[in-house]
Amino acid sequence: MTRDELKAVVEQALSDVAPEVDAGALQPTARLRDQLDLDSMDWLRFFAALEATLGVTVSEADARRLHTLADVVAHLEAAQTRR
Amino acid sequence: MTSPPAGAREWIRRDLSRDAASPNLRDYDEACARFSWAEARARLTGLPGGALNIAFEAVDRHVPVRGAQVALRWRSRGEARRDVTYRQLAQLTSRFASAVAGLGVKPGEAVFALAGRVPELYVAALGALKGGFVFCPLFSAFGPEPVFARLSRGEGRVLVTTPSLYEKKVRALRERLPALSHVVLVRSGDEARAPLPEGTLDFDALLATGRPDVAAVATRPETPALMHFTSGTTGTPKGALHVHGAVVQHHLTGLYALDLREGDVFWCTADPGWVTGTSYGIISPLTHGVTLLVDEADFDAERWYGLLERERVTVWYTAPTAVRMLMRAGEALPGRFDLSRVRFIASVGEPLNPEAVWWASRALGQPIYDTWWQTETGGIMVANYRAMPVKPGSMGRPMPGVTAAIVTRAGGRVQVSPVPGTVGELALAPGWPSMFTTYLHDEERYRACFVDGWYLSGDLARVDADGYFWFVGRADDVIKSSGHLIGPFEVESALLEHPAVAEAGVIGVPEPVMGELVKAFVALKPGFDDSEALRKELLAHARRRLGPAVAPREVAVLPALPRTRSGKILRRLLKARELGLPEGDLSTLEPPP
Repeated sequence: MTRDELKAVVEQALSDVAPEVDAGALQPTARLRDQLDLDSMDWLRFFAALEATLGVTVSEADARRLHTLADVVAHLEAAQTRR
Repeated sequence: MTSPPAGAREWIRRDLSRDAASPNLRDYDEACARFSWAEARARLTGLPGGALNIAFEAVDRHVPVRGAQVALRWRSRGEARRDVTYRQLAQLTSRFASAVAGLGVKPGEAVFALAGRVPELYVAALGALKGGFVFCPLFSAFGPEPVFARLSRGEGRVLVTTPSLYEKKVRALRERLPALSHVVLVRSGDEARAPLPEGTLDFDALLATGRPDVAAVATRPETPALMHFTSGTTGTPKGALHVHGAVVQHHLTGLYALDLREGDVFWCTADPGWVTGTSYGIISPLTHGVTLLVDEADFDAERWYGLLERERVTVWYTAPTAVRMLMRAGEALPGRFDLSRVRFIASVGEPLNPEAVWWASRALGQPIYDTWWQTETGGIMVANYRAMPVKPGSMGRPMPGVTAAIVTRAGGRVQVSPVPGTVGELALAPGWPSMFTTYLHDEERYRACFVDGWYLSGDLARVDADGYFWFVGRADDVIKSSGHLIGPFEVESALLEHPAVAEAGVIGVPEPVMGELVKAFVALKPGFDDSEALRKELLAHARRRLGPAVAPREVAVLPALPRTRSGKILRRLLKARELGLPEGDLSTLEPPP
């Protein structure tokens, strides 16, 4: 998948968990949880949604280093190259 | 004390012989037999003439003996950190109390806080108590509607919040809050340089108008101090009012149930927006003169273990949802940290499942001690104690000074179940000092909690032959998600505001991490059809109004909701159908149209 396609998948997963989010208005390099009202459970469900779509498991250790939209997309892109 | 049968697998008995510190509560039966509230009260200092002020007991009384000791050890999400000593906390809270009085706010009026876990929140809480105002915390993940409902019902005169929370959740509703005369903003970073929004004050500037040396107001034990909103099955959230005398319970439970002592570093992971985060995240540990760790960040397994190690935490009070998230992060992870200073771990919020207790015994090297209490009780009522064997899954035994029983209701009366193992409602004999004194503006609902001299908790439980209590379920439709009570009515009301929704019924469905997940069932108005887009729109609508802590995470559309003949939505039936359980007595069900 291209970076843009991955970005679309991430935005979709976010909107599954928090459908009130206007994905187009997100700042790619600002912390997602500061821009959105997401609690810990939303965050878990967000990664579960990504896993369901992409079949890529994001480990707890990786998840804790991913704060922004750009972080998540870059991580998925790298995971894709490794496979 | 009861001894476990040899080799019984359901008991965990800790070998305390190698622990340097022997438990504060060594002999449960003796402590219960000898107990008196007067002695418990005498553990505090008090003010002249029988006055009692929570902030004095938590802060000021320590200044002569440990003024230079760290009271609050704050760790931000980023690099910032701040340590506040008992002396500094005494000065800051005096400044807050006198500055708020200087605004013309009268004792007994309500000071609300809506903020993340920042030092200013703790200053506001203790400063409000010191000044004789009623402090009411709100959870920062509430959406605008829960915030409005509570501020409005609680007649908040002052609100301490941040610029972003004010903008997102309060500003648009401010005109509808006539009692709210002062909004005080805690500003940091870029926010501190931006102009103040109209009609607000800056926290630091306000503090500068106060005096650092004013004494705590001489409140009486029966003077209102704290207001905590809690949810029932029906109606708006209830504002449970607590008095300054509650500090006796906060202190005593810190001593016996949390085993607090001088030199401890205590970490309560609950947010002060909930009762645990106030009673035990602020008051109880400070009355013991310990160092209170405050972490601004949200849950993160590695961060949490790192904090336990680095900040040398000795006593840790957390919640089942957090423990289950730690379990997900793996049994190996805690092994990478030095947790040897942690002497005692306790939990509250919902029953701690036995697997979690066993997991902790292996992964953390010690069991987790469950406790039971609720907003109305103000402090811990039933607990597992460090000196007593733990039966995983049990909430433990009543605190010394607390009389608990299992009762059944019949014809407007209650009867105490004499037979161990009988399931009934967990009831408490009134008289403990942190018992709520009313639901604000709702004396009728308050009185309905008491029958035949018992406070009825709404929790179903049983007691075994050894006197240990076991949680069974709720007696009503209240949902418990991540340890927080969620009233279905509040969620249904928000859904009904959506133009497509004709009827709404909200239930909790089991979920492995949260305990229960909020699920909504709706019937649509004519002209609207079920679609994924509509369901998402309903979820979005609910989240915008209620915030993620309260809003449903799933929504399903039904042609009509089951109702009783008198028109009440049968949540019990929705739940039975959702879970594939027997539907029970349907004689009051309205026949389908």
